[in-house]
Amino acid sequence: MNPSPAASTKCELSFTVNGEAKKVLAHPMERLLDVLRNDLKLSGTKEGCGEGECGSCSVLLDGMLVNSCLVPVAQASGVSIDTIEGISAHTLMRPLQEAFLECGGAQCGICTPGMILAAVHLLEKKPEPTLADIREGLAGNLCRCTGYMQIFEAVASATRRRVAK
Amino acid sequence: MRADPAEYRFVSPGNLQAVLFLLASEPAQWLPIAGGTDVMVLYSAGKLPNRKLINIWNIPELRQIEVFPDSIRIGAACTYTALRKHDIISREFPLLATAASWTGGIANQNRGTLGGNIANASPAADSLPALLVYDAEVTLVSARGERQVAYRSFHSGYKQTALAADELIRDISLPRRFSGYFSHARKVGARNAQAISKVCLAALGQIANGTIRDVRLALGSVAPVPLRLNETEHALTGKKIEPSLIDAARKTVVKEIRPIDDIRSTARYRAAVAGNLVAEFLEKLAAAGAKA
Amino acid sequence: MPRKEGWGKVTGAARYVDDMILPGMLYGATVRSNIARGKIRKISFDAGVTWDEFILVTAKDIPGKNCIALILDDQPCLAADTVNHPEEPILLLAHADRHKLRRAVDAISIEYEPLPPVHTMEESERQSTIIWGTDNTFKSYLVEKGDVDAVWKEAAHIVEGEYFTGAQEQLYIENNGIIAAFDPNNGVTVWGSLQCPYYVHKALMALCGLPEDKIRVAQMETGGAFGGKEEYPSMIAGHAALLAMKSGRPVKIVYDRTEDMVATTKRHPSRTRHRTAVDKHGKILGGEIEFTIDGGAYATLSSVVLSRGTIHAGGPYYWPSVRIRTKALATNTPPHGAFRGFGAPQSLFAMERHMDRIAQVVGISPVEIRWRNFLKPGQTTTTQQVIREKINLNHLLDRALELSDYAAKKARFANENKEGMRRKGMGIAAFLHGAGFTGSGERYLNSLVGAEAGADGNVRVLVSSAEFGQGTNTVLCQIAAEALGLPYESVAIAQPDTTVVPNSGPTVASRTAMIVGKLVQSAAKGIKEALTKTGLLGDDYTPEQFRAACNQYIAAHGALKSYARYEAPGDVFWDDEKYRGEAYAAFAWAVYVAEVTVDLTTYAVTVDDFVALQEVGKVLHPVLAEGQITGGVAQAIGFALYEKVVWQNGRMINNQMTNYIMPTSADLPPIRVFFEELGNVHGAHGAKGIGELPMDGPAPAIVNAVEDATGVRFRSIPLLPEDLFEALGPAPIEQDAPSSLRGAA
Repeated sequence: MNPSPAASTKCELSFTVNGEAKKVLAHPMERLLDVLRNDLKLSGTKEGCGEGECGSCSVLLDGMLVNSCLVPVAQASGVSIDTIEGISAHTLMRPLQEAFLECGGAQCGICTPGMILAAVHLLEKKPEPTLADIREGLAGNLCRCTGYMQIFEAVASATRRRVAK
Repeated sequence: MRADPAEYRFVSPGNLQAVLFLLASEPAQWLPIAGGTDVMVLYSAGKLPNRKLINIWNIPELRQIEVFPDSIRIGAACTYTALRKHDIISREFPLLATAASWTGGIANQNRGTLGGNIANASPAADSLPALLVYDAEVTLVSARGERQVAYRSFHSGYKQTALAADELIRDISLPRRFSGYFSHARKVGARNAQAISKVCLAALGQIANGTIRDVRLALGSVAPVPLRLNETEHALTGKKIEPSLIDAARKTVVKEIRPIDDIRSTARYRAAVAGNLVAEFLEKLAAAGAKA
Repeated sequence: MPRKEGWGKVTGAARYVDDMILPGMLYGATVRSNIARGKIRKISFDAGVTWDEFILVTAKDIPGKNCIALILDDQPCLAADTVNHPEEPILLLAHADRHKLRRAVDAISIEYEPLPPVHTMEESERQSTIIWGTDNTFKSYLVEKGDVDAVWKEAAHIVEGEYFTGAQEQLYIENNGIIAAFDPNNGVTVWGSLQCPYYVHKALMALCGLPEDKIRVAQMETGGAFGGKEEYPSMIAGHAALLAMKSGRPVKIVYDRTEDMVATTKRHPSRTRHRTAVDKHGKILGGEIEFTIDGGAYATLSSVVLSRGTIHAGGPYYWPSVRIRTKALATNTPPHGAFRGFGAPQSLFAMERHMDRIAQVVGISPVEIRWRNFLKPGQTTTTQQVIREKINLNHLLDRALELSDYAAKKARFANENKEGMRRKGMGIAAFLHGAGFTGSGERYLNSLVGAEAGADGNVRVLVSSAEFGQGTNTVLCQIAAEALGLPYESVAIAQPDTTVVPNSGPTVASRTAMIVGKLVQSAAKGIKEALTKTGLLGDDYTPEQFRAACNQYIAAHGALKSYARYEAPGDVFWDDEKYRGEAYAAFAWAVYVAEVTVDLTTYAVTVDDFVALQEVGKVLHPVLAEGQITGGVAQAIGFALYEKVVWQNGRMINNQMTNYIMPTSADLPPIRVFFEELGNVHGAHGAKGIGELPMDGPAPAIVNAVEDATGVRFRSIPLLPEDLFEALGPAPIEQDAPSSLRGAA
């Protein structure tokens, strides 16, 4: 039998990133992570492991937390993506950013974008999370610096600020 | 990243018929990819042998969960998050909902799918023991039509499945007759979250007057395939739960399983813990029966 | 005081090396050995690749000396004819297309004539195969105090024990990465993820054969380091520099996780043997300690890791007599290197396990054995350093026991452990950590720190100390601000760049707040003095007056800079030959208490509660200090219970995050942190170093707790459920050598 040729050509893909319509020309199997960083110059999303274990590459895809190192860009066609850069427009963002800084939730900062995305995702689903909820919500994001304590405090603190508002 | 995207073809027909047509016209050439949580890891490591991928993430028929009076039908591309959120699954199939909550972290649960777990056929997969005890049935479709395969016959060997070269898993059906069972699941991994299991138990039991009416046990990570413990079940059915029975069950479990030493754990450890998990289940089953 | 560089970190604006792209940049990759030891016979280049598109660098291309200059200079930058460990770098390639590059690496095959490798400390010390020097020994030390040979006959008990710790991967979430550029006029510039710009600078001078002013090293935002980016960056920077020199274009080398784990440094595995003479009350009369570490294939920093391990081997106890014999051995493994604690976590693990053993033999509690042996002010350490400060370790222990509810829990557990499938236990570890470089080390470093004021009254701190999460930027700016009476916001810190900042020493050894901070104080005061001496400023002033004074000064003199150089304290004497004297300017002291549950169904250990109490001189920044302790405790919990490096023929085979297990947020207990402050004359505002201290205590505290829970004398970490099973399961056996010595799991 005659197999089709294996090589791919780049194709044009459209999606929304941080509220802006974007078009990229990419091979369909480019990782979404690489397209965000290299094509769209959004370097806030990081690569820590390339295997979906560390969560540094977390983004929101149609409001769902995903590891962008595991998403072929072709599957992102037509979706709405939020990265750390754009999520600033999010109402949850400011209290969360401030809480991370006040509570020591960011040390070296490499896991911080992913952590914040995971925290935003958690707070959208559970506006008043318990400590157990926070642990579970962030369990897919590895931090080597903090031991997690101050990250939990930051999320809890941001929650209190929101609720107070 | 050790793969060159330029070497891979990826097509996204968007409907089931077109997918099946392509699988039929070039059998074993196209690898279906749903959430990608297994495929993309292999791909990034430069270890994916396939060069042609067909997108099934966006096929509507594969994303539905249909509830019937006697059964529930779960589309193969339903994510673990979808399973966890579903009311009937949480209530009537807690082993499956629990397994879904163990798989990776939230981000991986949002993308990983039940069908992907089955097709990837890792003996360590968290949801597969639950499917075994729930008597799952898998619908396989191709351009030639569809057929049902009892899930217990789906795996023939390590990473070998009943899937023909042109077939796709369309859905998984579970009979709705386990609400009256006591259910218990436990996963033993290297850590509490984001861990590949070393041993994983899914168990169902029915007890009356201290006697086991029905018991269903399945283990992951102790054999080349997810394993239903037929012999142990047979040895337990109709018996009264007491220490001597639990001891005997431990021994039967160890005899039935074929664990190995690998990078994560040892055969001896797996065997011992498998026996312990079943013993723990029987203690709990007895306690539940005593309360009733 | 908010983290100085914090805003960039929470908005994604912070720039790490992989976020930077330079025009015309190529990507670089390394072709590495796939055997542990052998001669390179033939290198073949597959015909399917257009090789003239690539930049290729071999050992022959090295303009200067083919070595990574550090201490002994025995480590080649690129293997020329012999390889001594798996993953040893042999060739370098560069290309603009990353994918072509990777294929090219795979298209190079190397044939070797294998030589017999040595894979364990035991094989190495047997010396039947010599793989380094004349005796496989990078370094050895002998510390002697009192008269050890006389104590045995007086002893009521002689207690022996052997303890093992395994390798540990630093696992910073940002992999190693460097960008290098070269032009004939300016020389080599590198930017990267690193702790010690001047270490890299020194190494590149030797490798590239260029003078001091033709090498520039700039640290970028660094995503975690923990020692893993102390000496290793010199290697990757050397590689990038060589490719940049050959190609004339900027070259970026960034490792992926699997390469970083398999090829870069890890914590030195260790074996400690104790033989201790105690009287009938459990008081130590004297003893012998033999401490051995596995250095891997080249010397790198092993002599210094060994030094610290040696000096800490006696713990916070009074030894009237002691003989400490230590050595660092060669094996055919990628060289082991710096990792937070740097030898002390290894020897302190043994000491604290051994103390519990002594207590058992004597028949007293782990609490009592420590009360009876703690160092007191006026007494001397094993290196005969007099403890001058008023440290009261009995009090520290008592307070830790109270905070952890030790007595009540022990009583409760003794009861609860009688039945059920869970066993609970409590464990204690008491320890110390010397901050700064050992002995005359700080004098040798001769650190220089600068401060510069601008015409706008803003001040800039100039140090080579790197920020990688631990709070360098924040604390040093805070210190400068306080010294000048200015608001924190008006002090900034220059990003470490060897063309901009002086050499204030490496960012290691928990020295930054203490030693560099004190120099920052001096340099800042120097600015004030320059202004007051010229009459531009009074002794008391407002920030506005300060600004005006700076403005005037700069108008008159052009610039306002002040430098401060390290001065060794007059009372610190160290004998490098006898390894005796004042090893460190200051020790921080700690008592940690762990509460654990052992699940007899799964043999897993969970840490349920953890109390970390430490005396640290002065807490400069409560949030940062607490962050250092919780982070260090978390890493040490990993060291104790989760993080096993699986070796096969000298190579790490579990080099993926899926299979090298670090704790997630779901695995860690509440870590409760408490401080005491005794001050420290040698540190800024009385601070002592704290970055590494928390790495020393958790592992022994946890294993002590596991023994309390199970009655089994575990002596090796990491302690995995599989190990507990072998000891507790159907046919229990006494735990012997660590399972890594029994072969890969």
